[in-house]
Amino acid sequence: MGRVIGKPTPLIDAVQKVTGKAMYTDDFKFPNMVYVGLHRSPHAHAKIMSIDTSVAAAHPGIKAVITGKDIPIAFGVLPISPDETAMAVDKVRYVGEIVAAVAGETPEAARAGADLIRVSYKPIKNFITPDESLVECSEDEKIHQHTKNSKNIHKIADLSFNDPKDGIASSSFTRSVDFKFAGVTHAFTEPHSTIAVWNGDESLLVITATQVPHYLHRTLSKVLDIPLHKIQVKKPALGGGFGGKSDPFPHEMIASKLAILTNRPVKCTLTREEVFLTNHGRHPTEMTMSVGCDVAGKITALDTDIVIDGGAYGSFGVVTSYYNGVLLQGPYKIDRFGFITRRVYTNKPQSGAMRGHGAVNPRYAVEVVLDMLAHDVGMDPCDFRQQNFLSENTKTVGELRITSNGIRECLETVRRKSGWDDRYGKLPNGHGLGVACGFFISGSALPIIWNRYPQTVVHAKLDFDGRIVMFSGASDIGQGSDTMLVQIAAEELGISMSRVQVEVADTKLTPVDLGSYSSRVTFMVGNAAKQAVDKIRHQIAASVGNEKSVPREAIQFADERVFTDDGKLNLTWDEAVDIAMAGRGAFVESGFYISPKLGGKFKGSGAGLSPAYSFGAFIAEVKVDPMTGQVSVIKVWSAHDCGKALNPLSVEGQIEGSIHMGLGQVVSEDMRYHNGRLLNANFWDYRIPMTLDTPEMDVTIIESNDGEGPYGAKEAGEGPIHPVLPAIGNAIYDAVGIRMTELPITPDKVLTELRKGGQQ
Amino acid sequence: MQKVKLHINGFTRTLLVNAHETLLDTLRERLNLTGTKRGCDQGSCGSCTVLLDGTPVLSCITPTIRCDGRKILTIEGIGVNGHLHPVQERLASDGGLQCGFCTPGVVMTAVPFLQENPDATDDDIKEALSGNLCRCTGYKKIIEAVRHAAEDLRHG
Repeated sequence: MGRVIGKPTPLIDAVQKVTGKAMYTDDFKFPNMVYVGLHRSPHAHAKIMSIDTSVAAAHPGIKAVITGKDIPIAFGVLPISPDETAMAVDKVRYVGEIVAAVAGETPEAARAGADLIRVSYKPIKNFITPDESLVECSEDEKIHQHTKNSKNIHKIADLSFNDPKDGIASSSFTRSVDFKFAGVTHAFTEPHSTIAVWNGDESLLVITATQVPHYLHRTLSKVLDIPLHKIQVKKPALGGGFGGKSDPFPHEMIASKLAILTNRPVKCTLTREEVFLTNHGRHPTEMTMSVGCDVAGKITALDTDIVIDGGAYGSFGVVTSYYNGVLLQGPYKIDRFGFITRRVYTNKPQSGAMRGHGAVNPRYAVEVVLDMLAHDVGMDPCDFRQQNFLSENTKTVGELRITSNGIRECLETVRRKSGWDDRYGKLPNGHGLGVACGFFISGSALPIIWNRYPQTVVHAKLDFDGRIVMFSGASDIGQGSDTMLVQIAAEELGISMSRVQVEVADTKLTPVDLGSYSSRVTFMVGNAAKQAVDKIRHQIAASVGNEKSVPREAIQFADERVFTDDGKLNLTWDEAVDIAMAGRGAFVESGFYISPKLGGKFKGSGAGLSPAYSFGAFIAEVKVDPMTGQVSVIKVWSAHDCGKALNPLSVEGQIEGSIHMGLGQVVSEDMRYHNGRLLNANFWDYRIPMTLDTPEMDVTIIESNDGEGPYGAKEAGEGPIHPVLPAIGNAIYDAVGIRMTELPITPDKVLTELRKGGQQ
Repeated sequence: MQKVKLHINGFTRTLLVNAHETLLDTLRERLNLTGTKRGCDQGSCGSCTVLLDGTPVLSCITPTIRCDGRKILTIEGIGVNGHLHPVQERLASDGGLQCGFCTPGVVMTAVPFLQENPDATDDDIKEALSGNLCRCTGYKKIIEAVRHAAEDLRHG
């Protein structure tokens, strides 16, 4: 082991990408293709009185016009909350919601046609803020009819263990702090794009920029009433997701419907403004975080009250509601623990899953509060954290099973590398250090759609040409899962990576994988892939052992040779393959992954369950300009326990990307609305960090070698974002003595706090 | 409609274009040069960067009629005889890309920059690439790759 696995490995499609040859959805063209134009609502909340499509339909080049009533079946990525339709039916719920669509001969014709649709609206009461949605309204004013008690509350998630309120009340030190977080969005660089083709055999091909081909496959079948076996969803090269392409989307259904109606290939690529309006980003959040500890700095209890702003539809919101609470059960041992999350509907583009799903905002809050408690007790914030960590091989109070756990090593590493003990609290005014920790799931143990199937299946094929082809539904969204498949096959079979190819993310060719979300791919697909190629190796060993009369367990695979240590057997890979082919030809072996049974027996016990958890500790150094309030992040030291880095180059990339995204949310990103209208639906006004904002990054990979992960691996794509934000927040306190409780931390907010003269 | 003559990647094409047609539309939709990416169509992300007479421009806000008689180099024209340019090689080998969507724009910005600034520091590189948005990498490995490419070019 260790020939390929664990070595920094460039992505297998890197050369395609640097030469512009990689094909993303919008790069595909089909003969006789038509284009989609979308007509969107100008109102945040309004009844649709009538839609006149006649002028649009008569416009030159318009081939078809459809409205909500043409695709009326509701969907939702979670089967428990199908509250959305491809286009608005009867009423609109946010500015930008799709009301009608056209197919045009050219993009220009489609745009013109969409503009010619006339819709008559009757505006009704808007609910823009969570506060407005939490109070009673009349039943017919509600955003969705299914919400209860005449309020716009989509979901209440709560859990409580060992009376946390009493625990806090009886603690020696307590802090209860209100926090507020603006909505942020994924801002991937490739806009949403879909091509739909209706084939002569009444089967549908959908090429689309998705993280979840399987869920789209199922949803298209449902809303278009087409049998599952007639739908092929393919994900080509994909330009970033971060959770923003992990729902089935209206434009995918609309393009498909128009392909059927026109019997022509249909392309739908959204503009950047439309991407912002589609959103599904991190929920705007308000919370009160209460934590207590004893005089020795041991955490006694945690209780938190959270409101998350879901926007107009459900998306992953039920899961988000739970994750906001349950993912506070680590990395610290907290025995008296509780939370309540209320997810409200508002008349804004919907929130959903975004990198670090549900746990990023509460992580900021709890790490800032812990920092305050450390100061209250008079302890160093690193010492305070260190003595409260969960151990390995334990269970949290809510029965999350913790296996491998490298958090202590993570914190010790960044503490040492940053020179924390010599520098914390001692830097000149305006300069500061801050620390924070985090943990995250390595794949959700419970599938979204309950059935007895594995969460992933991988097929490995060997043919006479000596090539291994890995068939997996896993969606490479830039994180490098295709490369991982190749690495694992090369590792197990002792062949070069160039002998291994992939067929991926195609619901006709590849076995089901649930998708690239919840940081599940390395753990689950990695295990399945290893199992599949191990079977191939056993098959070859059996054939060769039989033919050459050597014990099959003595046969080794390395350096493109199949051999025994005693030299009795020494075949090239091709010679071994030739023997394995005799009498049967090409064969396929299958591997799969199903999570072990986990969790308690109480209601809500399934939330946050994972076969393994990643851990991390970060320290940030900032400079705060007291004249302007500008926060500059100078350096971030990061240590992340990913179990085992199958590809250190990719793991580092995930950590560095997480620092970027966390930095954006903490200092600049903010989806701003006026009466429900998104004001900054472009990259000029919604500022993601650019090269000049990039801090120095010191990245350390900690390997705790998880017992169930492939080669010991756990996740690295989402966990590393959690500590970034609070490490920066806590560093601002060290720099200028203010506690920032509202994100993003823009200069105006810093100046306001500085004028108050610091606090706490 | 106006007739324009474009010298693209060493080959001359004559086209009739509308006044509102952008160079990005011409490249992607009419000439099938899809290596140049449409990330925003607003001149804000840098994914559509191409060279116009050797200078990087944002093709999504460049009218094609302004390119009459001029030399255009796209990502498809970088590298010679199947060999990658050092910038491409380093981005690929050093982890300077993940999803790859911004990568053609990064290449088209970095290649002429290193030609004019062979001894560029990291700060110079950051400044030069400040118009290229990347959401995956945090820029660290992009900056390192470009620095390594500069070293390769100097020693190459």
